[in-house]
Amino acid sequence: MQIGYPILSTVIFLPIFGALLILLIKRTNEGLVKWSALLISVVTFILSIPLFVSFDKTTAAMQFAETRDWVPSWGIKYALGVDGISVLFVLLSTLLTILCVTVSWNSIKDKVKEFYAALLLIEGAMVGVFCSLDLFLFYIFWEAMLIPMYLLIGVWGGPNRVYAAIKFFLYTLVGSLLMLVGIIVLYLGTGMSFDILKMMTTNYPYDIQLILFWAFFAAFAVKVPMWPMHTWLPDAHTEAPTAGSVILAGILIKMGAYGFLRFNMPLFPEAAKAMAPAMMILSVIAIIYGGIICLGQTDLKRLIAYSSVSHMGFVTLGIFALNTQGIQGGILQMINHGIITGALFLCVGMIYDRTHTRQISDYGGAATILPIYAAFFMVFTLASIGLPGTNGFVGEFLIILGGFAASKILGVLAATGIIIGAAYMLWLYQKMFFMETGSKVQGHNDIDAREILTLVPLIILVFWIGIYPNTFLSFMDASVQNLINRVNEAGLAQTAQQAVEVIK
Amino acid sequence: MDKYVLIPLLPLTAFVINIIFGKWIIKEKAHWIAILAVLGSFAIAVSAFLEVLSGKVINYDVYNWIVSGNFKVTVGFLIDQLTAIMLIVVTSVSLLVHIYSVGYMHGDGGYYRFFAYLSLFTFSMLMLVMGNNLLQLYFGWEAVGLCSYFLIGFWYEKKSAADAGKKAFIVNRFGDFGFGIGVIMIFLMLGSLHYTEIFGKIGTLQGQAINILGYNVDLITLIALLLFCGAVGKSAQIPLHVWLPDAMEGPTPVSALIHAATMVTAGVFMVARFNPIFNLSETAMNVVALTGAITSLFAATIALVQNDIKRIVAYSTVSQLGYMFLACGVGAYGAGIFHLYTHAYFKALLFLGAGSVMHAMAGELDIQKMGGLKKYMPVTYWTFLIASLSIAGIPGLAGFFSKDEILWLAYNHGTVGKIVWAMGTAVAALTAFYSFRIIFLAFHGTFRGTHEQEHHLHESPKAMTMPLMILAVGAVAAGWVGIPAALGGSNAIAHFFEPVLGHPHVTAAHEEEYMVMGISIAAAIGGIFVSWIFYSLKPEIPKNLAVKFKSIYTTLWNKYYVDELYDFIIVRPVKWTATNILVAVTDGKIIEGIVNGVPAAIRNFGERLRKLQTGYLQHYALSMALGVFVILTLVLIAKGR
Repeated sequence: MQIGYPILSTVIFLPIFGALLILLIKRTNEGLVKWSALLISVVTFILSIPLFVSFDKTTAAMQFAETRDWVPSWGIKYALGVDGISVLFVLLSTLLTILCVTVSWNSIKDKVKEFYAALLLIEGAMVGVFCSLDLFLFYIFWEAMLIPMYLLIGVWGGPNRVYAAIKFFLYTLVGSLLMLVGIIVLYLGTGMSFDILKMMTTNYPYDIQLILFWAFFAAFAVKVPMWPMHTWLPDAHTEAPTAGSVILAGILIKMGAYGFLRFNMPLFPEAAKAMAPAMMILSVIAIIYGGIICLGQTDLKRLIAYSSVSHMGFVTLGIFALNTQGIQGGILQMINHGIITGALFLCVGMIYDRTHTRQISDYGGAATILPIYAAFFMVFTLASIGLPGTNGFVGEFLIILGGFAASKILGVLAATGIIIGAAYMLWLYQKMFFMETGSKVQGHNDIDAREILTLVPLIILVFWIGIYPNTFLSFMDASVQNLINRVNEAGLAQTAQQAVEVIK
Repeated sequence: MDKYVLIPLLPLTAFVINIIFGKWIIKEKAHWIAILAVLGSFAIAVSAFLEVLSGKVINYDVYNWIVSGNFKVTVGFLIDQLTAIMLIVVTSVSLLVHIYSVGYMHGDGGYYRFFAYLSLFTFSMLMLVMGNNLLQLYFGWEAVGLCSYFLIGFWYEKKSAADAGKKAFIVNRFGDFGFGIGVIMIFLMLGSLHYTEIFGKIGTLQGQAINILGYNVDLITLIALLLFCGAVGKSAQIPLHVWLPDAMEGPTPVSALIHAATMVTAGVFMVARFNPIFNLSETAMNVVALTGAITSLFAATIALVQNDIKRIVAYSTVSQLGYMFLACGVGAYGAGIFHLYTHAYFKALLFLGAGSVMHAMAGELDIQKMGGLKKYMPVTYWTFLIASLSIAGIPGLAGFFSKDEILWLAYNHGTVGKIVWAMGTAVAALTAFYSFRIIFLAFHGTFRGTHEQEHHLHESPKAMTMPLMILAVGAVAAGWVGIPAALGGSNAIAHFFEPVLGHPHVTAAHEEEYMVMGISIAAAIGGIFVSWIFYSLKPEIPKNLAVKFKSIYTTLWNKYYVDELYDFIIVRPVKWTATNILVAVTDGKIIEGIVNGVPAAIRNFGERLRKLQTGYLQHYALSMALGVFVILTLVLIAKGR
């Protein structure tokens, strides 16, 4: 596992410096801006590949770790590392950023260099969130991500962008502030240290755990978003530019669920165990509520946004089932959702570039006019409704299995999600692609090579995970087992000991 | 790699090639790839069948599909007696449907797409029957559902076709919901989804009960009924039968494929495959038998009054599938699969025959507007007649032997058996009646369509009539492998199935068997006779009856209003809730109201924030730095405490 460069730092800071470089390019030279952004995102992705290839799947310990003192007097360290829970998200972030660059190629015409700079800044911050092993560092990345995202929505968004951006900002900020209080309490309780790994082995008193659980929950539940904290998501998605929606759906909302796995469960295991039933109930409400509400949507992006609420309900259900299948399914489903919903938003962006309408009723018959596009959209639709052979099935099946093992009634209720999901997605597909051709669809070109290349990587992943999910599930084995042991045997220090050993 | 993998892999390859290159490169040559692939599958299936016949059972894993903790499931193949027969049925009918489609779909804009979907359909069904574990069966199960969605909605520009495809998929998902939970329960109780392990351990669950909402439910009964939910959806039994008649919106060869070889037979196959579970629960068995018998009778009565030729044949499928479940429910799994096998040939023939008629009639489906087609299309007529005689259960033809076997075994199965036998016999009479109603109205008498249509009448091309003739041979001879001992045969197929499906032990005398046989033959001939009187001799009788029993007639004509009922109690309330409660009230007013405080407040705040939102990155960087500063201060204060 000897890699010649500090891989995590590189993947975090290459896009950030790239963004700064792009800001230096002359405004009129849009071509250079776009090609630089593409180059930076591709290089970042290539540099992140060793995480996939050289990852040691046999251990739950943090890998590719880097530790340096940052502000020693306050116990703040610059500590990075990935384990089986976070490594795939780093890769997903670097991959989706490339696709965000290519899909925005022709559709962003205003403030071009700021746009690509913001995109790359988000990438760096996102990777930072997934790699941070120091809570202070984590919080910086966590908040840093918020700003360019806010800009993406507020500057390049649709007509109602300001409202949506502020709503997004306020929602997440309020949640984050509660977490901040929690972080400070933790800092004090861990002997003036922000070391996450240390926290993972510290056993806090139960009542403190409970308070901290809810403080962190506030930040993460808003991000997921869990019901009933979801109403910012449809607005943000609807108004965001395509790349913004892709980042939002693909990575940003995963951070909430990631936060549960990284903090709420290992840090406050007894509280997590006690609160799991409540979390599962909220998840099932999200699945059903988020699904049914899709049937009442008239706006394309809003429908997919609400479907995210439903799908993320599956994710949190699996996570709080607190068993191997549930958690592995939950993590895999986060990746899947990033791929599928990311792809669906890319697709929506492509058609919006042509028709300039998001009203579902304006569409119809698109399969006749844009057959290649229709085929791609169909594959992602099928993955979204969890058809076996696609990635969606593996995730949903494991989650329902895990959920059912934890609670029969909730498992059964969650399974109704597969009916509702089929109902709204096929309804949407029919309205958009079948029947008589709508006037706004008429006369447009099918997607071009650039657009096809944007979608192909995601198609490959849909089938790869669907047919041979073990490539990805095997990454999680050790870490998930370790996490479950921690939650189940809270109080026994040695179980989590393994996670502390850092592999250099 | 061994050859069995190729059975599903060849059609899959054909699908991939046609769907990617079909539109621009292969175009109207798409059928070559598809037909060669399914021909290859058929050839390997035959050789696999011969191996099984010589006593071999093939069972092996290809690779680990999903591994998560103690959950492990593979992609693997099991070819035993049951699968071997299914392989023959699926590949042979599929092959003939492929060939027929060359003629039928000629000139259609989506020609390549059609053949691609046919290949995918065949692949899916093969995966379903060949799987050696429940999850792979589930894969095939959902995949055939998908293919039916594609093919029923093939002419997607038509709203009715797009609706029907969607309906098929969603109604099936209702059944799959129960099925999926059954799959999960099996894993949680037995720790595996592989057939051999499930069947080996299922006995340990005997006598265990599970508490549901205060009631103790026998565990095995529950599992069996959950699995049966899936079968009810896929095989279009009451109350999930509503999708199948609408599936007529697809091109006719697809109907033949769905009704005869793929898709709907999957439910029967699954129940037969899981006979070790069903056998342990008398309750579940009775539910299966009665659901089958009731569906059979229900669908047959609807078929009596319909005028759409494909719709009549579709309801006859629902009815015949009910027969197969009836058989499984009385423990006669072998007879059920035997009927599945004979039914495949005569039902494919009926559909392809109906397609041939439509081809000649320029798409006309109403048998009231046909008549006298016999002289214009002799091959279609004679083959259709053979299929009708076979489905009616006339001695010597395929349908007779399988139907008779079912009725005889039902008759010997206690009280429930007697009840379903009586219902089955009634269905036999109705089946004969409505099948010959088509013969008399469409093929006999005088032509009642327009002049233009009459001028256009012709026999279909060779590519279409040849499959009809081959299927006619099947509709006659397929049953000869199951001639009962009472008629001097050896009932070879029952013995063939016995290792997998068992065979109910019947001690009753031959005389009794002759009586049961006689009753069903009388029912069949009676049905044909009444049909002849009604539609050939005295056509005013049915018209008078329709007027006299108007309420019964309209109820049947409207298929007992089941679609309307579902629309009223499920579809509308859900849509209404989505729009008027969730969007408008809970999300729109309650949640938004709470989070926004007063909407005006946020707008007010927005006004102020707009001044901050300058669009310059420096300002945001500054505010971020400020944020960090605030945090640090807080930390410092905390530390200084």
